[in-house]
Amino acid sequence: MAIRITYNKRLREIQDEVLLMGSMVEKAIARSIDALKRRDLKLAEQVVEDDQKINQKRFAIEESCITLIATQQPMAGDLRIIITVLNLITELERMGDYAEGIARITLMIGDEPPLKPLIDIPRMDEKARDMLRRSLEAFINRDSDEAIRITAEDDEVDNLYDQVFRELLIFMMEDPRTITRATRLIWVAHNLERIADRVTNICERVVFTVTGKMEEIGASKY
Amino acid sequence: MTNKIETINLSLWYGEHQALTEVSIEIQKNMVTALIGPSGCGKTTFIRALNRMNDLIEGVRISGEVLLDNEDIYADSIDVVHLRKRVGMVFQQPNPFPMSIYDNAAYGPRIHGIKNRGKLDEIVERSIRAAALWGEVKDRLNKPALALSGGQQQRLCIARALAVEPEVILMDEPCSALDPIATTKIEDLIQDLKKEYTIVIVTHNMQQAARVSDMAAFFMMEEDRAGVLVEYGPTSQIFTNPEDKRTEDYVTGRFG
Repeated sequence: MAIRITYNKRLREIQDEVLLMGSMVEKAIARSIDALKRRDLKLAEQVVEDDQKINQKRFAIEESCITLIATQQPMAGDLRIIITVLNLITELERMGDYAEGIARITLMIGDEPPLKPLIDIPRMDEKARDMLRRSLEAFINRDSDEAIRITAEDDEVDNLYDQVFRELLIFMMEDPRTITRATRLIWVAHNLERIADRVTNICERVVFTVTGKMEEIGASKY
Repeated sequence: MTNKIETINLSLWYGEHQALTEVSIEIQKNMVTALIGPSGCGKTTFIRALNRMNDLIEGVRISGEVLLDNEDIYADSIDVVHLRKRVGMVFQQPNPFPMSIYDNAAYGPRIHGIKNRGKLDEIVERSIRAAALWGEVKDRLNKPALALSGGQQQRLCIARALAVEPEVILMDEPCSALDPIATTKIEDLIQDLKKEYTIVIVTHNMQQAARVSDMAAFFMMEEDRAGVLVEYGPTSQIFTNPEDKRTEDYVTGRFG
């Protein structure tokens, strides 16, 4: 028996919007690293500009959630979905800010000569985006096991960050003139590390959606 | 937490129809317990079994036990009038007697033999105050109760129930005939009353159950029998993370 048709439709639409926002954020992260690699200042500017769209999407989803709560009184599993969505969009919005931050660093670097070819930073980017994409899939599939697995993968990003940090530290010690450029790259790596960390927050919320339990899963090193 | 009422395998039949099916539940003292479930699931039958209101209906058969402070209320030694003094009831439609406000509140105590005017005055004031109605009626206690608004009438009925100093108050959809403001007043009142009394409330309004109760019990009917207790637990759990799929479907509005 089909019941609460409008309500079910709204609930589904909200989750679709979260996926859409997730892909906007993923694209922003990928583009910010791409712009850094290729010194594409125009693309970096685009990332900065597009962050507004991510922020607006977040407010639009939040409003839909508020309206649904006010008019349809979601309960139990549905209530947990809505609460999770409210948390997810906050995490996603913040990840968008990190991507914007990376783009701004690229703009700051401008046409300075590269310090070194980027190797580990693109790896961090790929890993973090892979985790992000899968965490949202886990949300849609209500797959708490997958969410817990993804959380464990945060260590890989942390290790890459350590590697980037150590390597750049050596550059700076050898030649203090590289300090400015090296520090900027550390910021980039740090932003990526934070992105992966926020994916683990999403994963915790997926577990909450499925089980109703709120718990921190595997605290990050940073 | 202490048990005020406990039912053990309580079953009830109206003739051939089974309206309660082996209900075992422990109702906690000084808490509000909400009974929820679709129409015909047996909530009202259950609440009425707690002060033997079903005795008045012909063809009722009961098995199992209902313990009030560990004493079986269906035992032969139980005085039903005394039981109903300890376990009072408020109904869906406000049903004040066609007499003055004062006489409504004094009705129970008079039946139980209190004649002293000073003593009655004191009980009337105390119970009307406890029902959060005193400020609105203190200057017109001798006016007919039926001249009050629906919400005031319902609070007067609560005052009337309180006047005999019950231990448990059963409320069968006490707000379903009231407007939202009057409903809010009754809900606030329930929160006050639970400090002194144990309250069991039947409500069709799930939001109300979520707002007023500490514990919630979800009843359902099955093909050939009703009054099946599906899940009983803290209200916060029933409405955010119920254990049973059927409870989840009901509280999310997907059936019932």
